[in-house]
Amino acid sequence: MISYKLLFFLPLFSTMFTYPLGMLLGSKTAQYLSSGLISLSAIISWVLFVDFYNTGSNEMIIPILDWLLISGQFFNWGIAINSLTLIMLTLVLTVSALVHIYSIEYMAHDKSKTRFMTYLSLFTFCMVALVVSDNLIQLFFGWEGVGLASYLLIGFWHHKKSANLAAMKAFLVNRVADFGFLIGIASLYIFLDTLSINEIIKEKDFLLYFEIELLGMTVDALTFACFFLFIGAMGKSAQFGFHTWLPDAMEGPTPVSALIHAATMVTAGVFLTVRFSELMVMSDFVMTFILIIGLLTAFFAASVGFFQKDIKKVIAYSTCSQLGFMFVACGLGAFNIAIFHLITHGYFKALLFLSSGSVIHGVHDEQNMDKMGNLFPKMKLTAIMMWIGTMAIVGFPYSSGYFSKDLILSSSFNLHNLGSLVYIILAIVSAMTAFYSFRLIFKVFHGTYNGDYNYNKIHESGIFMILPLVLLSIGAIFAGYFFNNILSGYNAEEFWNKIIFLSNEKHQYSSFFPIFSKTLIAMGIALAVYFYGFNQVKLNDLKKQFVNIYRFILNKWYFDELYDKIFIKPIYNLGKFLWYKIDQGIIDRFLPNGSASIVASVAKACKKIQTGFIFDYTFIIITGFTLFISIIFYVSVS
Amino acid sequence: MSFPILSLLILTPLIGALIISLSSSSQLNNQTIFISGLWITTGEFILSLLLPVFYDQKINGYQFKEFHTWFDKFDINYYLGVDGISIPLILLTTFLVPICLLCSLNSIKSRVKEYVIYFLLLESFIIGVFVSIDLVIFYVFFEAVLIPMFLIIGIWGGENRMYATFKFFLYTLAGSVLMLLAIVYIISVTNTGNIEIISNFKFGNQIELILFLCFFASFAVKVPMFPFHTWLPDAHVQAPTGGSVILAGVLLKLGGYGFMRLSIPFFDFASVYFQPLIFSLSCIAIVYTSIVALRQEDMKKMIAYSSVAHMGFVTIGIFTLTQDGMNGAYFQMISHGIVSAALFLIVGVVYERHHTRMISDYSGVTNIMPRYSFFFMIFMLASVGLPGTSGFVGEFLVILSTISVSVYLTIFTAIGVVLGAAYMLLLYKNVNFGDVKSDIKMLSDLNRIELFYFTCLATLTLLLGVYPKLLFKMIDQSIATGIL
Repeated sequence: MISYKLLFFLPLFSTMFTYPLGMLLGSKTAQYLSSGLISLSAIISWVLFVDFYNTGSNEMIIPILDWLLISGQFFNWGIAINSLTLIMLTLVLTVSALVHIYSIEYMAHDKSKTRFMTYLSLFTFCMVALVVSDNLIQLFFGWEGVGLASYLLIGFWHHKKSANLAAMKAFLVNRVADFGFLIGIASLYIFLDTLSINEIIKEKDFLLYFEIELLGMTVDALTFACFFLFIGAMGKSAQFGFHTWLPDAMEGPTPVSALIHAATMVTAGVFLTVRFSELMVMSDFVMTFILIIGLLTAFFAASVGFFQKDIKKVIAYSTCSQLGFMFVACGLGAFNIAIFHLITHGYFKALLFLSSGSVIHGVHDEQNMDKMGNLFPKMKLTAIMMWIGTMAIVGFPYSSGYFSKDLILSSSFNLHNLGSLVYIILAIVSAMTAFYSFRLIFKVFHGTYNGDYNYNKIHESGIFMILPLVLLSIGAIFAGYFFNNILSGYNAEEFWNKIIFLSNEKHQYSSFFPIFSKTLIAMGIALAVYFYGFNQVKLNDLKKQFVNIYRFILNKWYFDELYDKIFIKPIYNLGKFLWYKIDQGIIDRFLPNGSASIVASVAKACKKIQTGFIFDYTFIIITGFTLFISIIFYVSVS
Repeated sequence: MSFPILSLLILTPLIGALIISLSSSSQLNNQTIFISGLWITTGEFILSLLLPVFYDQKINGYQFKEFHTWFDKFDINYYLGVDGISIPLILLTTFLVPICLLCSLNSIKSRVKEYVIYFLLLESFIIGVFVSIDLVIFYVFFEAVLIPMFLIIGIWGGENRMYATFKFFLYTLAGSVLMLLAIVYIISVTNTGNIEIISNFKFGNQIELILFLCFFASFAVKVPMFPFHTWLPDAHVQAPTGGSVILAGVLLKLGGYGFMRLSIPFFDFASVYFQPLIFSLSCIAIVYTSIVALRQEDMKKMIAYSSVAHMGFVTIGIFTLTQDGMNGAYFQMISHGIVSAALFLIVGVVYERHHTRMISDYSGVTNIMPRYSFFFMIFMLASVGLPGTSGFVGEFLVILSTISVSVYLTIFTAIGVVLGAAYMLLLYKNVNFGDVKSDIKMLSDLNRIELFYFTCLATLTLLLGVYPKLLFKMIDQSIATGIL
């Protein structure tokens, strides 16, 4: 019990005490302190996970403190421990601990290291709170909390205008998605009268009896709730339409990108979908929607990844694309495989990001890949780590990505009608992934150096940065092997223990298809090697030939421009219109100013009569009297 | 209860004001006047803390009652009492008034004596509103509140203060006149001013509708609801910081309190009948003012508009006529009282140092005033309604309760949540981030007094966000039995 509570409270302590202690004892101490606390909780999480797995315990719920009163019932802050939350915790805390350690060196020259560490710990705490929540309110707390941490960390270098804008964009796009999430929560609450996740899942059948009418359409409450929950998930996980914030989020320091925008926070959407998998599978509409969005995102992001110049943006789009893969798995009903990919992806993507951070650190904060090249001799260890990460993302046999990605591809056959189509799209996207991943490797580590920074000064990073890389590379290589049996193999049913929906269908897997996808991936690699290793001229010719497509991809399918035109500008102009025309033009003019000016003009007219001269008054009296008399006569006569 | 604690609460500031006004000004310098004002209001705060301590949650209805006959013939009496709905608002008032005086220590230089006296009067009258359970007493206090507020804005306000004060007065008075007519009618029909008795009286549907509208006119202006809100930005912009704090913190809540205490218990039929009207006005208020707030160049104006949007949640919550909605609305009132007061103080801090409220005059403040931006961040997030802060609880409960009325209502309120984040983040970013302007470099970070009151407010914000049970315990029962 105590150890579970420690998982919750250690990151909280780190959040609360890092900053004050940094003030008292110096920023170095603060860095070590927070890294130590988070590492400790990471170790505890692994011990608990192994213990949980061996003893096969049931779900536990540990309440901490009463929170909201809803319908006479208090919902609490608490910890729910089950297989899903534990496996997420190991990932979150491990990556977080490694990123904390990595940041000791990466941020060594920054003035506000302690602030940075505090934010990282805040993030970790909120993410833990999100993962372990047993009710939707705490989940929402964590959900918003990680969003806040992300906002703070993207805008960490707040003197940079672009960083501030990116931070705001991330927060606001997520808010739009949270709008959906809130509606989802509210609709679950109104029909089931509870916000406890377990109870919702237990009573899910009731949702089918209710209907909601919206914009002339009538849908059952289940579809309605699931749809809006998924909208929330789309925002956090940067899915198609809501993806625009993720590439911009790369304005933050690189350790942040590794932790928040690759390994953990962005997977919260997948986590949410899986946590409610029992509900999601009951609605065909939502499942299809998830599948389509996943496919679209995977394809779209991979295509944009082709020609990005910024090393971090390439990896960001690849994250977006891999999240699409996870949602495809969800949409196919293979939720355990989605989590499997989430875990392996967490390790190898964190590895890729931290390696790229090492590169950026080495070449003195240069992120443009055009200004890199031939870095292999200068930073061999980093290059090897990057190779390992790339092998994993491409799905090189027996690396971690190989297992999880292959399972997603094969589970597409659960869909009987369109399975092959989904499969083919995924295979193509995998090939695209291979292409841009190897493009990155070749542009950065091989070829010739084109940068402005003195080549001889480029250096390998120190021990605090390399050690996390090495540890992550172990995960990137072996995570697939290690988790394969537990999450999707023979032990899966026992491990998941009905926490998530587990499909019974066994995959039929014809022998042609694996060869098809693997050939495509190999072709993708070969193309990247050919264009970027040997024949760049040919590539430039092609770019000129298909200049429109090239531009379209380079400009990220013009999403930012579109949103600017249809959302931001109109709202901004509307604000001006409402303020000047309605508030001041109509309301003020007629209500207060109008009544005041009527009074004023009447008063002015009355004032004119009062001249102060006797003869004026006499005149008025006589006229008035005459008028009065004549009216009396007139009235009495008629 | 033999000890007349409620009368004492009303009288303490009054007597304090009397003593200060009788002392000849030659003997007292400004500092002493402020300090004596602080002593009185702090004493008042401690006194008011007795209420939650001795309040018995198990008993329904009013407690600490005091009864003295006034007009025998009409059964109009000096009749005081409090329940779970009034106590938190009384505490909010007694908590904020000392802060108002503290924040004026350096900014108010002229006519300090009057300034302190008006604040003491204001406090006394506001508490009077919350403790009276006789309609006439209620009305007297409700109107009396206007006078010191009017003077505070009119005397210590900005350049355009005359326009603002008259606008403020015109709006509130127009509403109050209608309410007075309704009150006269009610007393002539029921032959009593006792709120409890009137609550059980049946007026007949047609008459109820008219009476409801009369009360509505007064409360809607106070809240303020769209389209009666335009006095608020002007009043805030012109008011001195202390005035803004009490105006946003407590005065706006008089409207919400009026709805809960009078309108709904008196007029059950009309409350249901006018639900659509109030929902649509509130939805417009939420979305409309949020969009307008986006375009504001003046910090105070932006926060004033945001107040209108946040109070939109309150009116929606109240008129869902559900337990969750009422709880949420009430929580939102208290939370907004703390958070918007804090935000006006935040503006006041930089205004006092830099003498401008234009957002564009600030940039990169966080580099110069790190503590300031830390507190600003907390209150900004509370205003945005981030879970873990007090702002979340009320908003969330209101949104939950709306779906039982209509999905569309939920959608509109949720849109408000999105837009609310937009303007607050924009404000925060423009003031705190970016390059440091040269004239910003001269500013000094929070001093000890400011640090003190911001710490108090921030603690309260977080405490209520993490452990809202403190407030729920108090209000839940009273709302269930007293109103619904």
